[in-house]
Amino acid sequence: MPNQTLAEKILSAHAGRDLSIGDLAVIDVDYVLAHDTTCAWAIEPFHQIATKVFDPSRIFIFFDHAYPAPSVQAAQLHTKIRKFASEQGIPIITDGVCHQVMAERFTYPNTFLLGADSHTPTGGGIGAMCVGFGSTDAAVGMATGKVWTRVPETVRINLEGSLAGGVYPKDVILSIAKDLSSEGANYKVVEFGGSAIEHFDVPSRLTLCNMCAEIGSKTGIVPADAQTAAYLKRQKRYKPFKEIRSDANAQFSDTRTYDISKIEPTLACPPDIDKDVPVSEVEGTPITQVFLGSCTNCRIEDLKVAYDILKGKSIAPGMKLIITPASREVYEQALTAGYIMEFSRLGAMIAPPGCGACLGRHMGVLDDDDVCVSTSNRNFTGRMGSPKAKISLASPATAAASAIEGKIADPRKYI
Amino acid sequence: MIGDYVSSPRIWKFGNSINTDLITPGRYNMTTDWKELGKITFIEHRPEYSKQVKPGDIIVAGRNFGCGSSRETAVYALIANGVQAVIAKSFARIFYRNCINNGLLLLAAPSDFIDKMDETDEVELTSASIINKTHNISTPVNIPPLMKRLREAGGIISFLKTHKIEELESSSVN
Repeated sequence: MPNQTLAEKILSAHAGRDLSIGDLAVIDVDYVLAHDTTCAWAIEPFHQIATKVFDPSRIFIFFDHAYPAPSVQAAQLHTKIRKFASEQGIPIITDGVCHQVMAERFTYPNTFLLGADSHTPTGGGIGAMCVGFGSTDAAVGMATGKVWTRVPETVRINLEGSLAGGVYPKDVILSIAKDLSSEGANYKVVEFGGSAIEHFDVPSRLTLCNMCAEIGSKTGIVPADAQTAAYLKRQKRYKPFKEIRSDANAQFSDTRTYDISKIEPTLACPPDIDKDVPVSEVEGTPITQVFLGSCTNCRIEDLKVAYDILKGKSIAPGMKLIITPASREVYEQALTAGYIMEFSRLGAMIAPPGCGACLGRHMGVLDDDDVCVSTSNRNFTGRMGSPKAKISLASPATAAASAIEGKIADPRKYI
Repeated sequence: MIGDYVSSPRIWKFGNSINTDLITPGRYNMTTDWKELGKITFIEHRPEYSKQVKPGDIIVAGRNFGCGSSRETAVYALIANGVQAVIAKSFARIFYRNCINNGLLLLAAPSDFIDKMDETDEVELTSASIINKTHNISTPVNIPPLMKRLREAGGIISFLKTHKIEELESSSVN
């Protein structure tokens, strides 16, 4: 009787042989992704083992982490990578955060993406196996089109019920992170299922899978289905795909079911992803900055949520509201929809698409006394600047409501 | 490399969830120079570390060491410092494989062994065990075959100069 997990099936297809949990395999990768930090470190090791990449059409190099360059050092890294990319015939993509652009344009269901960035699991929202690696694996991947991997166990997360007003996929994944802890899925794949997942569109699934990086997992994945097809059609790049599922007898190392109707707006308190509390418990805490951005939560759907709360209002005096669309496509959609004009009227700073303030390099670096509500994925000490600054993570709705009040605010009163 | 253990290492002890942003903060690591990275290791979390660390020193930590970013700078910085091993209760995935690929020795040890270790303890690392001479306790060293193989090769890049990547399949990471 077949008893394979989805991860075992995808990895077996890429190894050309049947694999089981615990096996060490060398597999073919469909795409290799690297960016302005991780690619810079991959060039020298690459040249030690190859002269030409295995296939330039399968390699994607992004400038997103520090672009446009905030320093001479950053500009020098860009120059180094441009030279490498030019020699290898690989275009540099400067249209936003790598994970968002991969989802919009390139990633297909049931493929394997070797991504030299920890938030590569984002693409699991399209039913692909997208795994984060370091620069050395990126160098090996670019040279050989292959990577070594251990076949991981799978944690199955079933979502049931439906979300209450003012509650979003970010609140769901923060609640799961609290339950599982920041290492609860270490080395494992998180596979989403249950009746509620069918109603989550791909942008929502990208948020769920993105945050799987924060619970230690190898990746998160939502099996490709009708929602996936609808998204690919919307992006005008639909091709028929097989709807692969874990077998009924597949062995999961853990199965958890969450009734998402019970989830409230949730906030991860500094400095850990798993220190999550209902927003209502910390409501009223004064803040100085709101960052609406990142591969977690700055798609057009997120900006619409923020716009619907912010339109016609004003933000708290002195509030630094920074809005960084995840991609150029999102930016243009927000321009067309009129969101950007309204955000500007409010006094928000609209930053160019990319990672922006998320990792503390530019466009919103925090000082000692800053307290930030961010829609991103990491609230580590020092992540966005001073190690004394405090960062909380929340949904775009909570972020928008908090910008209005200058304090952590429950978004439900604005819905 | 295996067996070349440095005697009388200084112990640098850290807590749980030491993330890659604490090891090499994102805003300091805009470089591809290993020596520069070595100067910024734990620059804010433990400022005296990079000034005092010497080859052969050992990092000891709690759970989930190396969580966070995929940035391999965290590994390069520790290698640039000459750290001979990181001993922790558990490791984060990407950091763990980055260390395997670079030949940096990672050793998982039981919680009570780690909890009892102080920075002033006299510790000896051998190919068979980690010995805390101050407390007169030890724990066995178990190096997964893949880590051992790539350490002996000097890392995966050196390995691939003379081998095909498929040859790694005969090892194991468990």
